[in-house]
Amino acid sequence: MKMKIFSYPYMLWLAIFIVVPLILVLLYAVTVTEGGSITFTIENLRRFLDPNYIDVLWISIKLALETTVITLILGYPIGMIIAKEKPSRRNTMILLFVIPMWMNFLLRTYAWLTLLGKNGIINYFITLLGFEPMNLLYNDGAVLLGMVYNFLPFMVLPIYSVLAKIDYSLIEAAEDLGANKYQIFTKVTLPLSVPGIITGITMVFMPAVSTFVISRLLGGGQYMLIGNLIEQQFLWVGDWHFGSAISIIMMIFILIAMAITSKFDTQKEGSSGLW
Amino acid sequence: MVRNGIKKLYMFIMLLFLYAPIIVLIIYSFNDSRSRGTWKGFTLKWYAELFTNSDILTALYYTILIAVLSSVISTIVGTFAAIGIYGMKNGFAKNTVLNLNYLPVLNPDIVTAVSLMTLFKFLRLEFGFTTLLLSHITFCIPYVILSVLPKLRQMNKHLPEAAMDLGATPFYALRKVVIPEIMPGIVSGALIAFTLSIDDFVISFFNKGVGVTNLSITIYSMARRGINPVINALSTLMFVILLVLLIIINKKDQKDLNPKKVR
Repeated sequence: MKMKIFSYPYMLWLAIFIVVPLILVLLYAVTVTEGGSITFTIENLRRFLDPNYIDVLWISIKLALETTVITLILGYPIGMIIAKEKPSRRNTMILLFVIPMWMNFLLRTYAWLTLLGKNGIINYFITLLGFEPMNLLYNDGAVLLGMVYNFLPFMVLPIYSVLAKIDYSLIEAAEDLGANKYQIFTKVTLPLSVPGIITGITMVFMPAVSTFVISRLLGGGQYMLIGNLIEQQFLWVGDWHFGSAISIIMMIFILIAMAITSKFDTQKEGSSGLW
Repeated sequence: MVRNGIKKLYMFIMLLFLYAPIIVLIIYSFNDSRSRGTWKGFTLKWYAELFTNSDILTALYYTILIAVLSSVISTIVGTFAAIGIYGMKNGFAKNTVLNLNYLPVLNPDIVTAVSLMTLFKFLRLEFGFTTLLLSHITFCIPYVILSVLPKLRQMNKHLPEAAMDLGATPFYALRKVVIPEIMPGIVSGALIAFTLSIDDFVISFFNKGVGVTNLSITIYSMARRGINPVINALSTLMFVILLVLLIIINKKDQKDLNPKKVR
């Protein structure tokens, strides 16, 4: 049976809606239009080297890294606790972490304004305890909290699914051979869960570095991350050439980050991945 | 005992962190005041207003229409594409298609969004329903393929051959043997596509048109002036409906499982 002909419509779709658009963005990034004529230039890429833009890139990467580390520290114990539950309870507990994602993420992020605001619920408790109300909104901390909040389930799920599959006899074997709890964790559980950690890191880092919504809602109108910069260039300034250049630069950064994490994974696992 | 207590407390704090905004949203959908932050007493007026607010109803209509259409189309195209990719003998072509298929999954949403926006501008398509639907289908298909392919690999590859040896035409073998085998993958692919589409903001935001928006975009544009509590009421309703559906499915699953447990 010639089954491969079934993929031809999709190959056409891939070409039109995935390959061509990326080529167009790349073309936009290395050209400028002046008075109706198009010329090739690296001016758009050089413009990005301006200290202001490099700052934006740096803050985006820093925030995304912080988000990744915090979600990993908070999420790993959650995955472990759930994986150790009885199988009948596991599904219910994992569902509890998935259900929040059913509510629109913009609304959930927006609700944090009510919690963190000047007259918000958290400040209400702070004043009840006799302290001055704090400025909790429109700063780095608020954006970081919003990111951790939104991406925590993406870290918990892959770590849980790897931990739940670990063959328990391996842990018993380690116990029989005299390993203590700490050794079992560092020598058995943790190394076996690396694939889950890697998936978790990519699933958190990537959306975190490119977000523009969380920073706009919780960071205020002036807050700039690389995603906001792209949005601004495409929708408000209308400089598609510079916007495309920033998109390409961000894509390259993410591909490098993913190549590094996958390298780490293949060394541990010995399996051949995409890279 | 103490360890157990610490574990329970930790899980409680984490769940509180995840649910606090949702609880706030639900409570404020009953608040008799437009502004967030002040509580003026219980009301159901936002729920009543929901059925007369044409902006929000239009956004809801487009959100659901786009989600249904894009998940149905991407499931059909994606399932056939997966069968085709599975049947490819040429390793290079297979890898190329698979890697290209990964691109929308691995690329940040915003890059997919602006690249599609550039394409539609280049093709001089008018931004609106068509561009929104095309972009949703484009980012849904890869997920369908990724959930169908593993099922095809699990299938005994001699099954369709056996069917054809017994006189089935290739199409009949596909319909009666292959598709039933990979059905779980198709269903989960369709569900993923539906969820992604209904929840999408970034890609829709760049490819929407005048008069055609979805709920996420409506919420985003409201956020500056303060969100209309009608949206809170709508989300509360959607959330409760999903929760009830989930409980029903769970109950049904347990009933299905019970006879096995007895044995």
